[in-house]
Amino acid sequence: MPLPGYLIGVAALLVLALTALLPRRIRSGTVVIYGGSLVVTAVLFAAAAWHLLANAAGLSLSLPLGVPWLGANFRLDALSAFILVVIDFGAAAASYYALGYGRHEHEPMRVLPFYPVFLAAMNLVVLADDAFAFLLSWEMMSLASWALVMSHHQVPGNARAGYVYIVMASIGTFALLMAFGLMAGDIGDYTFAAMRAHASERTATGVVLALALFGAGSKAGLAPFHVWLPLAHPAAPSHVSALMSGVMTKVAVYGFLRIVFDLLGTPVWWWGIPVLATGAVTAVIGALLGLMQNDLKRVLAYSTIENIGVIFIALGLALGFQSHGYSAAAALALTAALFHVLNHSLFKSLLFFGSGALLTATGERNMARLGGLLNRMPMTGLFMLVGCVAISALPPFNGFVSEWLAFQAILLSPVLSSWALKLMIPAVGAMLALAAALAGAAYVRVFGIAFLGRPRSDAATNATEVDRFSVTAMAALGILCLAAGVFPGVVIDALEPLVRQLLGTAMAHQSQLGWLAIAPIAESRSSYDGLLVFLFITTSALLAAVIIHRFASDQTRIAPPWDCGFPQNDPATQYTPESFAQPVRRVFSGFGFAASEAVDMPRPGDLRPAHFELKLKDLIWDYGYQPVVNTVFGIADALNRLQFLTIRQYLSLVFAALVFLLLALAIWT
Amino acid sequence: MTILGNLTIQILQMLLVLLPAPLLIGFIRKVKARLLRKKGPPLIQPYRDLIKLVGKEAVVADSASWLFRAVPYLVFAATWVAAALIPTFATGLLFSWSADLIAIIALLGSARFFLALAGMDVGTGFGGLGSSREMMFATLAEPAMIMIVFAVALIAGSTQLSYVAEFMLSPAVGLRVSLALGLIGLVIVAIAENARIPVDNPATHLELTMVHEAMVLEYSGRHLAMIELSAQLKLLLYVSLIACLFLPWGLAPVGAGIGLHVFGIAAYFAKLAVAGVALAVFETSIAKMRVFRVPDFIGVALMLGLLATLLRFMSGSL
Amino acid sequence: MGGLYFDIAHLFAGGLVLISFILLYQDRLYALLNVFALQAFVLALSVAWQAYVQDAPHLYITAGITIAFKAVAIPVALHRMVARLGVHREVETVVRLVPTMLAGIALVALSMVVMLRVTGGADPLAREDLAFALSVVLLGLLMMVTRSNAVSQVVGFMSLENGLILAATGAKGMPLVVEISVAFSILIALIVIGIFLFRIRERFDSVDLQVLDDYRGEAR
Repeated sequence: MPLPGYLIGVAALLVLALTALLPRRIRSGTVVIYGGSLVVTAVLFAAAAWHLLANAAGLSLSLPLGVPWLGANFRLDALSAFILVVIDFGAAAASYYALGYGRHEHEPMRVLPFYPVFLAAMNLVVLADDAFAFLLSWEMMSLASWALVMSHHQVPGNARAGYVYIVMASIGTFALLMAFGLMAGDIGDYTFAAMRAHASERTATGVVLALALFGAGSKAGLAPFHVWLPLAHPAAPSHVSALMSGVMTKVAVYGFLRIVFDLLGTPVWWWGIPVLATGAVTAVIGALLGLMQNDLKRVLAYSTIENIGVIFIALGLALGFQSHGYSAAAALALTAALFHVLNHSLFKSLLFFGSGALLTATGERNMARLGGLLNRMPMTGLFMLVGCVAISALPPFNGFVSEWLAFQAILLSPVLSSWALKLMIPAVGAMLALAAALAGAAYVRVFGIAFLGRPRSDAATNATEVDRFSVTAMAALGILCLAAGVFPGVVIDALEPLVRQLLGTAMAHQSQLGWLAIAPIAESRSSYDGLLVFLFITTSALLAAVIIHRFASDQTRIAPPWDCGFPQNDPATQYTPESFAQPVRRVFSGFGFAASEAVDMPRPGDLRPAHFELKLKDLIWDYGYQPVVNTVFGIADALNRLQFLTIRQYLSLVFAALVFLLLALAIWT
Repeated sequence: MTILGNLTIQILQMLLVLLPAPLLIGFIRKVKARLLRKKGPPLIQPYRDLIKLVGKEAVVADSASWLFRAVPYLVFAATWVAAALIPTFATGLLFSWSADLIAIIALLGSARFFLALAGMDVGTGFGGLGSSREMMFATLAEPAMIMIVFAVALIAGSTQLSYVAEFMLSPAVGLRVSLALGLIGLVIVAIAENARIPVDNPATHLELTMVHEAMVLEYSGRHLAMIELSAQLKLLLYVSLIACLFLPWGLAPVGAGIGLHVFGIAAYFAKLAVAGVALAVFETSIAKMRVFRVPDFIGVALMLGLLATLLRFMSGSL
Repeated sequence: MGGLYFDIAHLFAGGLVLISFILLYQDRLYALLNVFALQAFVLALSVAWQAYVQDAPHLYITAGITIAFKAVAIPVALHRMVARLGVHREVETVVRLVPTMLAGIALVALSMVVMLRVTGGADPLAREDLAFALSVVLLGLLMMVTRSNAVSQVVGFMSLENGLILAATGAKGMPLVVEISVAFSILIALIVIGIFLFRIRERFDSVDLQVLDDYRGEAR
């Protein structure tokens, strides 16, 4: 499809948004909006996927829109094609899911007009080929998603979530603006092509890296700029949460990739260090804090933070390798990052769809009031299980493959000559493994509490399976999670053109290996075969089951739980989300959060109820943000007095400012 | 011919990890009993237990879901596949390239994931307690394991177990500090992962500090048999792993004759016996820890793994 | 000299670092003293190995002194002291275990980087030995700052001194006189500290040094 075709698709989405604003009689409703979005994004997905797989040549287009001397430039290369695949596949899945889920929306007019705009903006960000178009669509994406976050603004907490989000998003965009300004620099040409051409004579690249890390990183949820994410993502309707977590964070990763890997020029030796450090801290903090949450969607949001950390660890490795001249290893690390981008968009969308299904069926997001849902919602439960296993990086699903590739990249890193990297990478490796293990614990908690055990509330007891659209959407994503894990070589080969575009080299072609195995460097170093592992596990499990059922006993008796001889019928005697997290809380308290427990146990004979209180403190918020907030409010209070001056005082202020500026000019020149 | 030969070796390997697994447990119990001047159950008692369990009807709690019945087979399959990929008596396994050491650890992670879910499925306090503690231990044991693998892989230049074992047999390996650290770390992880003393007590139910046994409390009949068998397999797996990484002597190389293979099998059984005696002596001479002392214990393994990896990064000769 | 000589020397030096970590991990006083004796023993082995490799017979005497004093005399003395004092048998830590260990790892990494970078052209055996020695010294210091019990502080001090001896023997050629005088000064330090301990104990009923801070009026 030629580039105008993509732009027409974007325009179609914008028109679709407008039709939701027409007078009530002819306005388009849920089915039209989501159906239309589904069709448009499916077409865009197919076109981008074809572009990527056929390794087609880059397309570019300049339209006489926007700033007169710049125009609006668009370009489609392998990198944008890949991110378009991620965006439009996620968008198509979310739209399809919303055909069922969206019907339960109480105030559709707060969602429908913004939804296609959000999709259009994400597509535009990726297609933009100059700073102006990029920032404009980036801001459009922020605003549209903010409007969607605020769609349930009456719910307590959501207004604050929206407020924190909009503040962080504005600051982030501002940082990107500065980054582009520095890159355009003296040439004053804001097209990406010009920035790329003048990469070699650029100074202050370190500042640009920092700004990109902050600007794109804050959108992606990189610690310590992640605080808005666990507030905002859960606040939106579930299909939008899926888009924000699964897709929009990938657009942010795209922004980072575009600026740092493409436009900024040859990496300097230390670039990998800040990226690795923030990535590793993000991964562990996200995984740890996710384990402490009771709100299902908030657990998922924190896990997004963790996965973004994993992606940035791999990106940092790629930068480190590339700057030391090891392009093949850099290609491996970058492939790991991009593979994880794809994986996370799949399983995070799946999990948010599942949480939406739970919300529809029970009206609950609090895991402490769920339980026993696998028996009541078998399909949702099955696919949620797939998502949980995949995101916990367990074979044979896809999450494992990308983490495995990242580990392989780490194993190559002793060749790096920089001592700082030598010191850092083992620690980063340990933190990556720790984050993966914590994620495993977090998802045992999610699935075990919400879907297993006995129902903890009436809503959970009476839950029923959700509509067909939702189930089909989850099924498709679940199957893809398995497919990407079983045939990883196919994905790696598909990623080859963009890795080659960004680094000049790529991983060896994987499809020539037998049995669809993958071997990143050489077969003697490491190899993995998802298909065989999957086949081995399924055959040996089936074999064991068949043999035992055939030759031994296949009788089963259903009975009340044994529970060590003292069965308790009250579902409240089960482990709660808090109690499941207690051992981890106790072991890791002090790393990013502080937990304190107070138990008030009445003496025997005393009839008052026992009382347990748990206090969790987010140390990053308390020590990183609260001082800033306090300072800002302090200054605001101080400046408040300016509102109550007389006219003469205002005039003298203006006069003083004028004189001051003139003086500054006199001294400066 | 070579394919057929390799296939035979692979199948032999699969049986060689499956069949002696209960025997290893029986042997350890026997040695422990002897150390306490008791007579102890016969060596084949674990086999008898398994056969008896398999023949009984399975009692399933009414609040359990289908996952509860599927998990024993899944856990068994994942553990068996992982165990079958570790060279025990010959390095040239047909399918050894299908999963490297990291993947083997992750397979064990899958098994643990499902077992922890099964613990929560019935909805009893004990099950949740076991699962929650098991996952807490795993949050430290898994990174520890990965770091140890890093140290070994950096020395051997590979995460493929066959190649690692071959490298460890070559004179190039020498005596390395990082290997020594890795060995200690691996032993700690093996003790913790297999729920042995001092982390957990395999011989008792109904103890407030139990972990593994609490998770599988609701299982009975054939399901329990599968769970028990996978636990035995897992212990054998860790012993084989330690033997393959640190004591690879006697492994038959690729294309070796039958004699060398028989010798490899004999050497393997000798290693199992040594490990069994060592574990029994260790377990008899030490007391069980408080549960919140365990993270410190496993944390030491993580530290050692990290230290070993750091040393490898810093200097080529450590 | 072949690689095996290096490897064995490294193994002993690395063993000392490992034992330093075990010292940090111990939470019982008697176990602490036993581990300390073990460290001295490994140090003696390491010194003897250096004597063999460098063909420097006087180092055998150093090894002998190490065994006699640090592996036997001092631990036994401290054992009896602890028994006489009747102090609480658990090691009171100021900082929790895991952060302490992490700090220890960071210190080892730091000393590796510093030593390997500074001694770029030196004999490879000495380079890594020096790095390990510095690690042992730093871990000993870490132990002294993270423990509040006086006995464990003494052990930290002694293990620090082990690191010094390791460095001295690895670097080829500490005169025997120096070694002997260091050994005696350590012994005298022990006696002084021992007397000191009994005095503290008499006065405050505890060997927890935080009590001293309280006495000085410095709040914790």
